[in-house]
Amino acid sequence: MAKMLMKGNEAIAEAAVRAGCRYFFGYPITPQNQIPEYMSKRMPQVGGTFLQAESEVSAINMVYGAAGSGARVMTSSSGPGISLKQEGISYIVGAELPCVIVNIMRGGPGLGSIQPAQSDYYQATRGGGHGDYRIPVLAPSSVPEAVELTIKAFDIADEYRTPVIVLGDGMIGQMMEPVDLPDELTRQLPAKPWAAGGRGAKPDADGADEGRRAIINSLYIDPQVLENHNIKLQGKYSRIAAEQLLFGSEMVEDADIVIVAYGTVARIVRSAIRLARAEGIKAGMIRPITLWPFPEAPIADAAKTARVFLTVEMSAGQMVDDVRLALNGARPSHFYGRTGGMVPAVRDVLDQIRRLAGAGQSPAIKEVLV
Amino acid sequence: MRVFEKTKALTDMPLTYCPGCTHGIIHRLVAEAIDELGVREKTIGIAPVGCAVFAYDFFNMDMMQAAHGRAPAVATGAKRVHPDSVVFTYQGDGDLASIGAAEIMHAAARGERITTIFVNNAIYGMTGGQMAPTTLVGQVTTTSPYGRDEELCGKPIRMSEMLAQLPGAAYIARVSVHDVRHVLEAKKAIRKAFETQIAGEGFAMVEVLSTCPTNWGMTPIESLKWVESDMIPYYPLGVKKGA
Amino acid sequence: METQVLFAGFGGQGVLLMGQLLCKAAMHEDLEVSWMPSYGPEMRGGEANCGVVVADEPIGSPLVTEPDVAVLMNRPSLDKFESTVAPGGALLYNSSLIDRAPKREDIRVVAVPCNEIASELGNARVANMVMLGAYNALTKQRPGGAGSGAVPNWMALRPISLESLVYALRATLGKEKERLIPINQKAMEAGARCV
Repeated sequence: MAKMLMKGNEAIAEAAVRAGCRYFFGYPITPQNQIPEYMSKRMPQVGGTFLQAESEVSAINMVYGAAGSGARVMTSSSGPGISLKQEGISYIVGAELPCVIVNIMRGGPGLGSIQPAQSDYYQATRGGGHGDYRIPVLAPSSVPEAVELTIKAFDIADEYRTPVIVLGDGMIGQMMEPVDLPDELTRQLPAKPWAAGGRGAKPDADGADEGRRAIINSLYIDPQVLENHNIKLQGKYSRIAAEQLLFGSEMVEDADIVIVAYGTVARIVRSAIRLARAEGIKAGMIRPITLWPFPEAPIADAAKTARVFLTVEMSAGQMVDDVRLALNGARPSHFYGRTGGMVPAVRDVLDQIRRLAGAGQSPAIKEVLV
Repeated sequence: MRVFEKTKALTDMPLTYCPGCTHGIIHRLVAEAIDELGVREKTIGIAPVGCAVFAYDFFNMDMMQAAHGRAPAVATGAKRVHPDSVVFTYQGDGDLASIGAAEIMHAAARGERITTIFVNNAIYGMTGGQMAPTTLVGQVTTTSPYGRDEELCGKPIRMSEMLAQLPGAAYIARVSVHDVRHVLEAKKAIRKAFETQIAGEGFAMVEVLSTCPTNWGMTPIESLKWVESDMIPYYPLGVKKGA
Repeated sequence: METQVLFAGFGGQGVLLMGQLLCKAAMHEDLEVSWMPSYGPEMRGGEANCGVVVADEPIGSPLVTEPDVAVLMNRPSLDKFESTVAPGGALLYNSSLIDRAPKREDIRVVAVPCNEIASELGNARVANMVMLGAYNALTKQRPGGAGSGAVPNWMALRPISLESLVYALRATLGKEKERLIPINQKAMEAGARCV
């Protein structure tokens, strides 16, 4: 099929449809509005349901209800809305329900701006709501990759019974790129024998079905039982970390300077690296595609040969903490970031690279030497 | 001779409610209605946060436990996935009338085909007797130690009358379970609320005036009398919307 | 090799569409493209712009901060973006609506009276297509003459054919509006003659 020129937001929505998502609950917020708008048009065409909820809080709880009923379901929002959803996300984690949550990040804190940012990294990768948990976070750096990762998000969600976050920013949501959409999924979706309401009549003889009914719940009032539940969740996270890590590595083998960047910023870094290489500076990039699990080992491996690391983010420095943990002091770790919806320019990143290569001076807004 | 039979729609789990609390009666009425309509195997119940938080242990059917106030949103998600199922929420006054006011309003406004059992005992029970949006003026609670002050926090909300205004609400009734006659009427209303959903007519809610002897600081008998003498005058019984 | 193009004007002037048509035409010729709009709180009448990158290799940054070519449809856009054009780049401006000449001397400047030409063609709404035609014609010019030395980026990438732009137009308008293709094509051809 010929490639189509699609906006990131619409491509994510269509990818979800093709992944078998038939329920979408959302609330308007810029810069992700094309996702609910697209779903409102598309869901009725495929026999699904789009519902604009009265609030972000309701939307995520509708997701809870639909996920608990066995459906492939998605919601999307941007920073302020994702903050409101945190309560529901924590319950979804506790009740071990699969769903996909898209965050098209904008500048914060507070109402912030509607321009692109990456300042929800901590919120996404550390759980976000109350309780001990992690959520797999997939961060596309192009529209075609957003399609691929949205589909993957549904599979990871079902496989591990966990919410999965697709973390983009205003740029990826608003930009258009050619995409090759895969055909609608024809394979059988995973069975969900634990789900409510989907099984029709059940045996009814003298309580013989007791224990077979579905209970979707995150309440474990006995501390020992809750600890056991937490141990189970942590075991699941260990499996996800071992099985679902994704990252990109570009020109790292001979690199003197390794830049760590994700999402759209990785695109800017890629351009800067090309220019740096043209100047004879050996720069390379490690691009986390899953932000959790984080590619700690690949960064540690790169530290065996690279001299210095630079993390570039549209934040005041969040992912750089994970880079430092991965480096564990082995190499110096520098940071360059823009905030509030300002996007680092290729030239600015190039200046930082040059500076680390020992030429030119340009102050970073925040710089940390480990 | 069969004197008494346990409803299939309740499990064997002993109820954890305080002595004299009428939650047990209301559970029984809901379970009987579900059994009589023969829909237990396609019913999904949504438990709230509050005294009925463990309702998933007591109702013998598929159950989901929702975040505080969010039961109508969770019910919406479930009902949209399984439109042929019977979905009900069981919520208290703090859950429904306070933190979940938006969710219940919009579920009703959408005409969501769900049934809500709204247990109004004019107080937060589980957390230890704090003031609820339904607490009567002058009523003493742990957060209104001088009695609910109208100047400070207004008058209690009449949820049934409010929700009855919404076009999406098909059946709204307020009932009480403080004596046998009223229990029988409550049973009829609860059954009607499920029938309304099954007929696809829209949102249905039964507000049940209930007791909280523990937090009211009364004996069970005094509590039942207080429902009649103090609650019913402010919360008039009857069908507010629908047949 | 890549070319970065900025299209800017008022919302409603069709600047976002110009960028999308360029992308679709370039895709039709198997080039890599990205399209990145500015997005603001205004719905109508505000400023609109989009940056397009066309390349023969995978695109790095989709952001256009130093365009090789700026295509400017109104005065505020000229005021805002003239200074951002890469040295040796080009600037096309809508001389029907812009009452001052660009000041840059290190770039190629082309005046295109888009609205006047569109009105002469009998459809004021094709002003953007006049400009797109002019842009396309510019990219077809090869080095020599005014320029000296290095080939500017906007010339280095092989130009896109007018046929591909018409193809893109057809794909965008769809069956319902197919009757609008001749007037739009005429507009592009008229614009091309301005360069």
